[in-house]
Amino acid sequence: MIEFRDLVVSYPGARQNAVDGVSFVGARGQLTALAGPNGSGKSSIVKALLRRADIPRGSASIDGRDVRSLSYAELARNVAVVPQREEAAFPIQVREYVFLGRYPHLGLWRAPSREDDLAVDQALSQAGVEDFANRDTDALSGGEWQRVRIARALAQKSPALVLDEPTTFLDVAHEMGIFELMSSLAHSGLAVLLVSHQLNLVARFADTIVLLDRGKVATIGSPAEVMRADTLESIYGWPVVITRDPAVGAPALVPLRRPVRL
Amino acid sequence: MRRFQGWYWLLLIVALLAVAMLGVARGAVSVSLAGVIDALRGRGDPTAIAIVRDLRLPRVVLGALVGAGLGASGAALQGALRNPLAEPYLLGVSGGAAVGAVIAFSVGVSSDAMITLAAFAGGIAAVFVALAVARAGGRSARADVRTLLIAGVIVGAFANAAIMVALARAEPNTVRGALWWMMGSAADATWRRVAWLAASILVAGGALVYWAREIDVLSLGDDTAASLGVDAERAGRRAFLLAALLAAATVSAAGLIGFVGLVVPHIARRMGLRAHRPLIIAAGLIGATLVVAADLAARTVAAPTELPLGAITALLGVPFFLVQLRRTS
Repeated sequence: MIEFRDLVVSYPGARQNAVDGVSFVGARGQLTALAGPNGSGKSSIVKALLRRADIPRGSASIDGRDVRSLSYAELARNVAVVPQREEAAFPIQVREYVFLGRYPHLGLWRAPSREDDLAVDQALSQAGVEDFANRDTDALSGGEWQRVRIARALAQKSPALVLDEPTTFLDVAHEMGIFELMSSLAHSGLAVLLVSHQLNLVARFADTIVLLDRGKVATIGSPAEVMRADTLESIYGWPVVITRDPAVGAPALVPLRRPVRL
Repeated sequence: MRRFQGWYWLLLIVALLAVAMLGVARGAVSVSLAGVIDALRGRGDPTAIAIVRDLRLPRVVLGALVGAGLGASGAALQGALRNPLAEPYLLGVSGGAAVGAVIAFSVGVSSDAMITLAAFAGGIAAVFVALAVARAGGRSARADVRTLLIAGVIVGAFANAAIMVALARAEPNTVRGALWWMMGSAADATWRRVAWLAASILVAGGALVYWAREIDVLSLGDDTAASLGVDAERAGRRAFLLAALLAAATVSAAGLIGFVGLVVPHIARRMGLRAHRPLIIAAGLIGATLVVAADLAARTVAAPTELPLGAITALLGVPFFLVQLRRTS
């Protein structure tokens, strides 16, 4: 379980806190989505979880243990994170890349065991990338690369998984594929926290949505509770209507037009 | 991508030994390979023994160590900084070492050991200044590795400017000494210098090999490294310092020998190596072979005139690097 309690994240020199008293829980077996406008503090929450941002107040914890009390390796054994950006400077074979997910278990010198091989095989197959395990990372499409990165996180075999906007730049089919994968992983028992701008997909897949606005939680609840026209209009500053997705009846957001007069 | 085969190790070692043998045998006075082996065992012509044991062997070993240090340093640095264009001299090490040497010269120090030490201290001091600059210039108290690289370049440029100012008013002897640093040479090799360099490389290179897996993870970016259980700032700083230590040791022993640290890791990667533990070791072997070969060329191409070693490595390195750049872009 991933839990944030009254979390405050601030960056040196900034006048406002990037995250200002956020509390919510990402439970096991659930897909929790973190949404909100650009700059609302989503990525800062992920950074706090990774101990890459200062936490002057409040806490981020995994299964009841404050992340600051864990070593980096312990943290990585408890939560796997797919950060928003990753610049791989040198191409590497996909299988070797996914094997780096075993680093928190192997450390500097331990040789990979049968268990590590199994974890990697399983991660490759769960993410649906075993067919190009022997390819190099610079020979992958955008969609394949994202799945390979998710495979690397799955190889960590941690009970919690966090993804920061994993579907940016992906086409519809690849985007849906990733959401379906997230949903299955959550329902297989992982605590999955997904940072996403795709409100309509989040509304279809997530069990809980946490909607952030300027560093604070604006609303939190089921998709039906969060996806309300008045709330979304005021947070995003744009006129919207909410309809129903014809397939599953989930709430769907349609932004209205507001032509620019030149 | 090519896959690295086990027998490539044999190839690398045989290549190094072959070039080293040639390096010992060839020069102003050529010694036959049989003669070299005899001289190494202390048999045969006393002149040949003196040439092989006291002149050529320390020079070849020093060249090999310099190449090994620069290659390993470059391999670690490119991985840790995620930048295929990074090279050890960008850390400000070279400029700092030259400042150290020039200061030593200008206060009248003539002991070889003291000048080596002064250069080493200058190189390390420059790295710490770069670290301080990066910390002051960065957004937070933690220095980002890329800021470090830029800080290193700035400190190096400042050091070079300081040298120019110092040289403008210096004695001819000081100028000659400083020029030696700028051009790089293995000519003044002594066993004592070899021992000092070997010890530095064993310690700093060994530490890089020890922490190599951390560099594998670091090369994926700071956030990803953190998500895999590596304290990215600390690991980055460690790799940076160890790479700088290696470079400073080589510069203090043989002056500036450019492009080795830049080009050699690319050759190792082209052989199919990606994981940094074997990569750093292979880069060390390749760097050693390259510098011994370049030094042989420096001694023999325009004999009896000796060409500056640093100029030879740059002449070889620049075209290779341009080809590499074309291939990647």
